[in-house]
Amino acid sequence: MRICVNGTDQDVPDACTVADLLREIGLLGRPVAVEVDRNVVPYANHSTFVLQPGAVVECVTLVGGG
Amino acid sequence: MAEDHTPPLEVGSFSLNSRLVVGTGKYETYEVMQDALAASGCDTVTVAVRRERLLDDQGRSLLDFLDLDRYTILPNTAGCFTTEDAVRTARLGRELLDQLGNPGKDWVKLEVLADKATLLPDPVGTLEATKELVADGFTVLVYSSDDPVMARHLRDAGAASVMPAGSPIGSGRGIANPAAIRIIIEQLTQTEHGGDPSYPVIVDAGVGTPSDVTIAMELGADGVLLNTGIAHAKDPVAMAHAMRHATDAGYLGARAGRIGKKLYASASSPWEGVIATIPGE
Repeated sequence: MRICVNGTDQDVPDACTVADLLREIGLLGRPVAVEVDRNVVPYANHSTFVLQPGAVVECVTLVGGG
Repeated sequence: MAEDHTPPLEVGSFSLNSRLVVGTGKYETYEVMQDALAASGCDTVTVAVRRERLLDDQGRSLLDFLDLDRYTILPNTAGCFTTEDAVRTARLGRELLDQLGNPGKDWVKLEVLADKATLLPDPVGTLEATKELVADGFTVLVYSSDDPVMARHLRDAGAASVMPAGSPIGSGRGIANPAAIRIIIEQLTQTEHGGDPSYPVIVDAGVGTPSDVTIAMELGADGVLLNTGIAHAKDPVAMAHAMRHATDAGYLGARAGRIGKKLYASASSPWEGVIATIPGE
């Protein structure tokens, strides 16, 4: 199925969880906050939250800023 | 004996040992940032929330260079132009800091900007986002213009601190309108104006030099937040050191009671006993 991750379309397997996605894009284990369809998915739910086709996902971290 | 240290700055449930809050952006290297933060004496640093990219060539990120046991992280909503985006960004920042176990998860430096050229706050969006984030349990430190009326609205909406800009973000123009900053401070902190003496006002943005910091503090600000003035100085570590002392100097000076301004001179040495001929006498 196709989803959108950080503004880019991406194909992922059906029933892909947030944790599966983070593993796929090399971010599992890194400090990342995830939002799906404009709602935060808490870290505790990453391995159980199943993404739906067309999901819009944002994976963010902290960077330098003022 | 005069106090050598300033007391902590209380913002909501947070207690800041340093009244200087420093940003983590724009440094040439992470190592320079680390040294500058240490030289500034700050215990609170601001950060931004951005899309994760794959690791850079050296595989390093900001978090590899921030001691999370030493610093309370204050995440901002910089780059947001709508209430909705600012609220989303604040919640993502909270989620990140919750994962990291940093106390900064409970507060946010709220910015809702009007446009990229001026980086001025959009007052309507800023007020709406303040209300929404306060209702969501955040301690909101809100970036504002130097408009005293807007400052009152933001305070009334539940902001834990109003942070008026000295001048545009990154401009280094200092305190462009000292009278406006002074009025904001009086309105929010003096009981005769309906203010609360414990309400913190932090000057945020545009501060370029140590004297700018001192002026802000002498006007009665409780703290100063800056980034570019240190990060883009020729020697950021030396400038951070200077900013630290400028903060303390302004805080202490403001409370020491300055002399009145006079049009004419007032000699410090006595006239009595002078051996010279005084013109006109």
